[in-house]
Amino acid sequence: MIVPRKKLSFWERLYLPAIAGGIKITSKHFASTLFGGKTAAKETSDGFYPENKWNVGAGYRGAPYLVKDQDGNTKCVSCQLCEFVCPPKAIRITPPGPAGEIADRTNAEKMPKEFEINMLRCIFCGFCQEVCPEEAIFLQKDYSLTGTSRAEMIYDKEKLLALGGVHAGVQKWKHKPEEAKAKRSFPGKV
Amino acid sequence: MDTTFLIFSAVKIVGVFAVLMTFVAYSVLAERKISAWIQDRVGPNRTSLPFVPKIPIIGPWLVSLGIFQPIADGLKLFMKEDFTPGHVRKVYFWIAPAVAMAPSIMTLAVIPFGSLMGAQKMLIADLNVGILYTFGIVSLAVYGIVLAGYAANSKYPFLGGIRSSAQMISYEIAMGLSVVPLFMLVGDDSFTGKLSKTWQDFLADTSGLNLSRIVAYQAEHGWFALPFLAKTQTGLSYMMWPFTFLAFVIFLVAVFAETNRLPFDLPESETELVGGYHTEYSSMRFGLFFMGEYAAMIAGCSMIVTLFLGGWTLPFGSLSDPASSLGMGIAHIGIFIGKMLALMGVMIWVRWMLPRFRYDQLMDLGWRRFIPVALANILITAIVLWAITSSK
Repeated sequence: MIVPRKKLSFWERLYLPAIAGGIKITSKHFASTLFGGKTAAKETSDGFYPENKWNVGAGYRGAPYLVKDQDGNTKCVSCQLCEFVCPPKAIRITPPGPAGEIADRTNAEKMPKEFEINMLRCIFCGFCQEVCPEEAIFLQKDYSLTGTSRAEMIYDKEKLLALGGVHAGVQKWKHKPEEAKAKRSFPGKV
Repeated sequence: MDTTFLIFSAVKIVGVFAVLMTFVAYSVLAERKISAWIQDRVGPNRTSLPFVPKIPIIGPWLVSLGIFQPIADGLKLFMKEDFTPGHVRKVYFWIAPAVAMAPSIMTLAVIPFGSLMGAQKMLIADLNVGILYTFGIVSLAVYGIVLAGYAANSKYPFLGGIRSSAQMISYEIAMGLSVVPLFMLVGDDSFTGKLSKTWQDFLADTSGLNLSRIVAYQAEHGWFALPFLAKTQTGLSYMMWPFTFLAFVIFLVAVFAETNRLPFDLPESETELVGGYHTEYSSMRFGLFFMGEYAAMIAGCSMIVTLFLGGWTLPFGSLSDPASSLGMGIAHIGIFIGKMLALMGVMIWVRWMLPRFRYDQLMDLGWRRFIPVALANILITAIVLWAITSSK
């Protein structure tokens, strides 16, 4: 696409209107910051960064954490879709195996034995949240993760669940036995 | 060579160098603070020395101004690893930062930064070819950058070096041509006859291109940029104002280009060339380029003050004459530094106000606007001066 360039008038080609506009806007900001004490930090949160963190808006894509349902059960069923989709390979899931522990939720088949996210690798892309069929992982509001070692930056299942909190959603496994029973008796009813 | 001359010269050199380095450090702080205020931020406001916050009121205020930040910055530059990448041309890589730093310090040798302290003139080298020396030295500054670009042996520094050489050579021509009208005016030696006794003593043994003479002319007839700031109002300086003011504008813009400041910072242009010519440098060797840029700004501002803004004089009372007492000598140095700092403020402000020029616009402005205008300025000034003198 070719953008048609507007021919500048002689007055504009002297750069003087641009300079005047520049002086106007910079001096306005200069005065409001220096004398009015108005800063971007005070507009978006109560103060300056390390003490007062920025209040992120709704829908912000920060660090991904695992969530629990309203009954306090682990929602993840260890399907490993997020592990496969993760572009920087930050997620590692250890499935329970055939003789592993059964899921927290009644009727759900399994839950991960271990679920690790390496926050040094994670790029906060949100693919894990998008691909999750269980609504078990969400990108949340944390944007400033720090640690003193690489090992510390690998968040395990316990930590992820603790940070993730509760996400009340559709509990599709809860009523599965009733639904299955209803289906079984379907032909007889008609 | 008498010993008093050597001793006083050494003292002046050390003094000027110390003041220059302090100003370099604090102009970096000023740059950061002013940019912060323009961009709705606060800038460095945490660094402090152990005991300072305990001083009531003044302590926290100084900390919030970031007064101690330059100490931390300097220390950081010295403590960082000085890394030499494997692919560079070593000898040139080592020389380049020094070559970039030296010319801006050397320029200050001929700047008259004050009148007299006792019997000593407040300038390091009282050259009768002051302005020619300045242009000679300023044009050496490009070598540091070109050498750095060549030595780094990688593409971005190379592009930065190429751009810089083209830019600095183009704008040097406009810069040199723009000051010719001033020396046409000052070169008329008859003006010294009207000066006071102290001025005539001060200007003894000087001739044509000495920078003190241009200060003397401006003290008497008004600043070349603002002729109403004069000791005695004359019709001539108002008649010449359009030409001297045009020269001032061209010189000012050329100084921006010579010091690689926005809107002409194409050699560095972070968004396209990573860091430009100093991409491969680290630690204090990078620091030398960084300090060199600010030292060049200070030298450039000093040149503007001397050539266009009346040097160390003010047209009030005896401030326009060379000092007769020590107090007046200090006042003159203060006036010079005040004017220089005001100009530094302008240079810093402009950086955060105007966007960068495109490369072809830069060359166009230099070769097709400023050089013809500067040449025409010389010609018309000459014709007007000829008309005035022949009508007398």
